[in-house]
Amino acid sequence: MNLLKMNSFRWLLPFLLLSVWILIYFNLQSAANWFIDDVFKMEGGKHITDALRFFVFEVPKVLLLLVLIIFFVGIIRSFFTAERTRKALEGRSLFAGNVMASLLGIVTPFCSCSAIPLFLGFVESGVPLGVTFSFLIAAPMINEVAVVLLFGLFGWKVAAIYVATGLFIAISAGWVIGRLKMEKYVESWVYEIQAVHGDGEEVSRDFSDRIQSGYSAVREIVGKVWIYIIIGIGVGAAVHGYVPENFMAGLMGKSSWYSVPLSILIGVPLYSNAAGIIPIVSVLIEKGVPLGTALAFMMSVIGLSLPEMIILRKVLKLQLIFTFVGVVSLGIVLVGYLFNVIY
Amino acid sequence: MEIKILGPGCPKCKMLLKLTHDVVEQNGINASITKVEDIIDIMKYGIMSTPAVVVDEKVIIKGRVPSADELKELLLK
Repeated sequence: MNLLKMNSFRWLLPFLLLSVWILIYFNLQSAANWFIDDVFKMEGGKHITDALRFFVFEVPKVLLLLVLIIFFVGIIRSFFTAERTRKALEGRSLFAGNVMASLLGIVTPFCSCSAIPLFLGFVESGVPLGVTFSFLIAAPMINEVAVVLLFGLFGWKVAAIYVATGLFIAISAGWVIGRLKMEKYVESWVYEIQAVHGDGEEVSRDFSDRIQSGYSAVREIVGKVWIYIIIGIGVGAAVHGYVPENFMAGLMGKSSWYSVPLSILIGVPLYSNAAGIIPIVSVLIEKGVPLGTALAFMMSVIGLSLPEMIILRKVLKLQLIFTFVGVVSLGIVLVGYLFNVIY
Repeated sequence: MEIKILGPGCPKCKMLLKLTHDVVEQNGINASITKVEDIIDIMKYGIMSTPAVVVDEKVIIKGRVPSADELKELLLK
């Protein structure tokens, strides 16, 4: 009986939490207004009032969105493992393989410290090099925290553009690398080691385990990025109306053709997680930097990182690393120009 | 029993190593714990995501850090 109670509680808890979430989320604006106007009795129309109102509303909103999405991402990811993804990609033809690898790159759990074993495991079992690259490009670049932040700060259109263009870059860059036939620029020992293809499959997990994965994903990811979000939105709120408009636009503006490649050159050596960079991007856009340029900057920061290149140097020769960075940068430049023209 | 923690040295691998030490100690499990950092040795176990736990040459956890309870259950089995 006790066990039954425990179990039904475990099933009810997510629904309970969801109703609390909905209740809070849809009353945030009025709560923020009440806080600013009635509790602090701040004067309307002033910069400081607007900045604080923005901060008090945006921080809980973005954090709430993040908790909800990461919870579901955690559950979805518990269905995908690197092994299953590899199995799905074995022996795929080039183009279809690139598409699949990029899509799987979004949902398969990945951290840059696993890049090497993953690369080896893929190449060893006959996943083509170009397809492997599609995965390695998509996995860090299309980041769930970035999707949530873009959705929270700019709306669903920008978030969708980001996912679509990220997929486009991962598919086409992987395809190009595959066509260039660069297998000889993989360190030779990679093909020599004999990896055991142990099934090594773990015990199966039932659905309440997967809900636990959701909770622990929230703890792990939100626990890591919340501070960046508060600082980022804080900075965003502070410069809200203080830095002269068009100050940045002169530097990275639409009129100058070099703005997109320049922002990528700045972005690649910079290494930050999505939570840290997106509030900065939102400030850039507000100050007149066009969407394409800002998107290109963001993608180069989170998609191409120096530490990952250094890790990959163990398995790839320099020529291949340069090709990889070159092809991906080119893709980001194209996306940048495209959106500067459209918007 | 022989426990091996596989991982190139990322923060999660260190977390898992510490957790394993704690669980073994608290439950009086008779085991030796070694850390495997060499990538070629790691690949021999056919895993693609680190960190991983190997007990007597059998992979029981890969690609994640389990909770202390889950690890205890798996080790006592």
